[in-house]
Amino acid sequence: MHAKLIVAVATSLILGVTTAAHANPIIQHWQAPSGAQVYFVENHDLPMLDVAVNFPAGSGFDTEDKSGLAGLTHALLELGAEGMSEDDIARQLADIGAQLGGYFDADRASVAVRTLSSRAERDEALAVLARVLQRPLFPETVLAREKMRLIAALKEAETKPESIAAKAFGKAVFGAHPYGLSASGEIASVEKLQRSDLDAFYSAHYGAKSAVVALMGDISRAEAENIAQNLTAQLPPGGASSEIAQVVLQSSASKLLIPHPATQSHILIGAPGVSRNDADYFPLYVGNYILGGGGFVSRLMQEVREKRGMAYSVYSYFMPMQQPGAFQIGLQTRKDQAEEALLLVNKTLRDFIERGVSEKELTAAKQNIINGFPLRIDSNKKILDYLSAIGFYRLPLSYLDDFPARINKVTVADISAAFRRKVNPDVMATVIVGAPEEINKTGHTEGAGK
Amino acid sequence: MYKDLLKQIFILACFLPLLAHAEVFEKTLGNGLKVIVKEDHRAPVLVQQIWYRAGSMDESSGTTGIAHVLEHMMFKGTKSVPQGEFSKRIAAAGGRENAFTSYDYTAYFQQLHKDKLALAMKLESDRMHNLVLSETEFNKEVQVVMEERRMRTDDQPHALLFEKLMAMAYQEHPYQHPIIGWMNDLNTLTVADARSWYKRWYAPNNAVLVVAGDVKASEVFALAQRYYGGIPSRALPKRKTVSEPPQLGMKRFTVKAPAELPLLVMAYHAPTLRDAQKDSMPYALSVLAGVLDGNQSARLNKILVREQQIASSAGAGYDGTARGPSLFTLEGTPSEGVSVAELEAALREQIALLAREGVSPQELARVKAQVTANEVYKRDSVFYQAMQIGQMESIGLSYQDIPGMLSRLQAVTAQQVQDAAREILKDDNLIVAVLEPQALSGKPKRVNEGAIHAR
Repeated sequence: MHAKLIVAVATSLILGVTTAAHANPIIQHWQAPSGAQVYFVENHDLPMLDVAVNFPAGSGFDTEDKSGLAGLTHALLELGAEGMSEDDIARQLADIGAQLGGYFDADRASVAVRTLSSRAERDEALAVLARVLQRPLFPETVLAREKMRLIAALKEAETKPESIAAKAFGKAVFGAHPYGLSASGEIASVEKLQRSDLDAFYSAHYGAKSAVVALMGDISRAEAENIAQNLTAQLPPGGASSEIAQVVLQSSASKLLIPHPATQSHILIGAPGVSRNDADYFPLYVGNYILGGGGFVSRLMQEVREKRGMAYSVYSYFMPMQQPGAFQIGLQTRKDQAEEALLLVNKTLRDFIERGVSEKELTAAKQNIINGFPLRIDSNKKILDYLSAIGFYRLPLSYLDDFPARINKVTVADISAAFRRKVNPDVMATVIVGAPEEINKTGHTEGAGK
Repeated sequence: MYKDLLKQIFILACFLPLLAHAEVFEKTLGNGLKVIVKEDHRAPVLVQQIWYRAGSMDESSGTTGIAHVLEHMMFKGTKSVPQGEFSKRIAAAGGRENAFTSYDYTAYFQQLHKDKLALAMKLESDRMHNLVLSETEFNKEVQVVMEERRMRTDDQPHALLFEKLMAMAYQEHPYQHPIIGWMNDLNTLTVADARSWYKRWYAPNNAVLVVAGDVKASEVFALAQRYYGGIPSRALPKRKTVSEPPQLGMKRFTVKAPAELPLLVMAYHAPTLRDAQKDSMPYALSVLAGVLDGNQSARLNKILVREQQIASSAGAGYDGTARGPSLFTLEGTPSEGVSVAELEAALREQIALLAREGVSPQELARVKAQVTANEVYKRDSVFYQAMQIGQMESIGLSYQDIPGMLSRLQAVTAQQVQDAAREILKDDNLIVAVLEPQALSGKPKRVNEGAIHAR
């Protein structure tokens, strides 16, 4: 059993980087004739290639009545393309040991392939990827089946405390903003989705001009140029805006109590946090390491788990997105002590915001983030992910090189100021699923005091 | 979840990457600590892992979960490193650390910049023999573990089903107990249990140290000698070898839990690799699992999910490398309107088809293509390469067996796969487990006719 896996996962969700004195990968960047932006790191250590093609086509581009459309479009790309059935696609990749993957969140949808770099395997894998990206068919029969499977999964999610909590939390934090929509949609909206909806979404959101191609591995620059062009030259016209609507902060605190027979209460607390390009991002990132991002040494972990044994997992993070993504604190604890744990977490947060951090804590945080930088870029896969994020959010090419300096110049005062600007405990949403029995009876939603 | 674990270990067993011998070095210190170094100079990082050959299978009834609780206690300080300091020092060095307990072993690791090995060794060697086990800390940490158990098992219907499946499958072998321990035992464990576990198993001669990354083997050996070399070896208790007697007929059971969808698991007793050269069944079973569920076009997904649309998901798994016995599992969730009984019939049809007609040369080649490609892909992770070495050493095999195991996998024939299916996938050898979904209110859910009592 991974004793602290949840913490590790929560930590890895934070898109953030650092640097050390070691040579960072050299990122080459250009625009393909198709209009796509290309980011490439040439590396011949291993005979393999990773490619990811990213689009502004995440669930943040869904509307409430067609919630789930972005995700379903993304999922169906690899399930049928011109001249290839879904099984042809799966079989051809399996025959050469290539792996098709991808990524999907509220901003972004991507399709990725990992292949051996030997010529025959590479060409075949890239040919399949090119077809999947540029000539998807969204076959009716596949759509009907996938809708059925998705609806079954959505029904299942409605019984799981962690899923119920995440969904209610999104709504409470983002209201009607598309970041509050469930990434997989709703049963009612998914039921109504038609092939024409997928076609239209694909045409509008998978255009070459908004595509970001990331390539990492055993190919030359000339080969990378050809590959990027071949993967994007025949993309649809695109043209949909890649801008996400502005996120509006909630004007008051809310507290939602949802009954569930589980033995634990699942507690989430938060509000919209910070966008990817906000100047406060670095102070918030360093500050959050101290609050609840830094594994065992964070304040939340110390207070809730180490001192009192009240939870296995407790964390906080900022999810930096195009618009301010969630700032979120989460924990699970035995039902009868849920209220006590909630009070403790709220007190820890208020204390953090009112009194800030100490020089000693700041130094320890910087040491970890800066000294640990090499671990963030120690594999092709991790570098590929940075290429995608740098390209997608138009971060500077020197992002990795600059990171240690930007972390290093964060001060105690910067952290206090940034947290006061971006995190207001008086307008936070609190969701408790599996609420203690006695407070269950008082109803579902109640305004929360301070 | 255990299901994922099975899958993960199957992948381990099936897709072991080729480790060039030239890059792996080993040395055993005077106190019996085996040190293995895998050099990989792609990035200026390293991982240290220490593997103790003691897992939950070494526990006794009444004190289940103690191996894992002790793993938690290993972060609680020593005579010279106060509570909380271990994590602080690793964090300040930019490191990441964690630990994991399995049925077969307990392991601890740190990932760091290449210059930080001495720090990691100093701390890790210290807690091998100087751990302070206080009653106050123990009582608090057991509460944390209980929360972990609630989160991972009690409130997770699939995990619950797999916990009961293990308890049902093994009547004598200690794999019948969950790694995290039964709640009842967690309630009664004492700090004395932790002390006795620590004394019994935490010794250099019961451990393997694996260091991988941008290091020089000679320097690692020198540091290991310096930090671990002085720890005295200890007489280890004789290990009781327990084998599970043959199952005398099919078993079938149900778990009721709050959920929407049923889950069906069919688990067959299966052997594990004892002699990497002489054994052949585990290789054939690994390939069989690959044919059923090793890639997107594998049989269960292609036929049951896509073509027949009987299942909304389906899978197979087999872990061929373990200290104890194994299970070959097939599992699935029926599609809307399909009963568990119908899904079971469909899975049985696939088994019958395997026994009758075997596998095609194309399917065999496809599974082997994955093995070849994964040998390369796995080199992208230094951590994973170290994991494999530690795991092999901890279960009674050697990292030196890995290349031979890959050759054996590549040599598996269609006939061997068919024979394996015939021999292992038999009813007398089978446990059928069904998750029967309950409404959140606690009342039985409305289900499709026949969905509950599969026969």
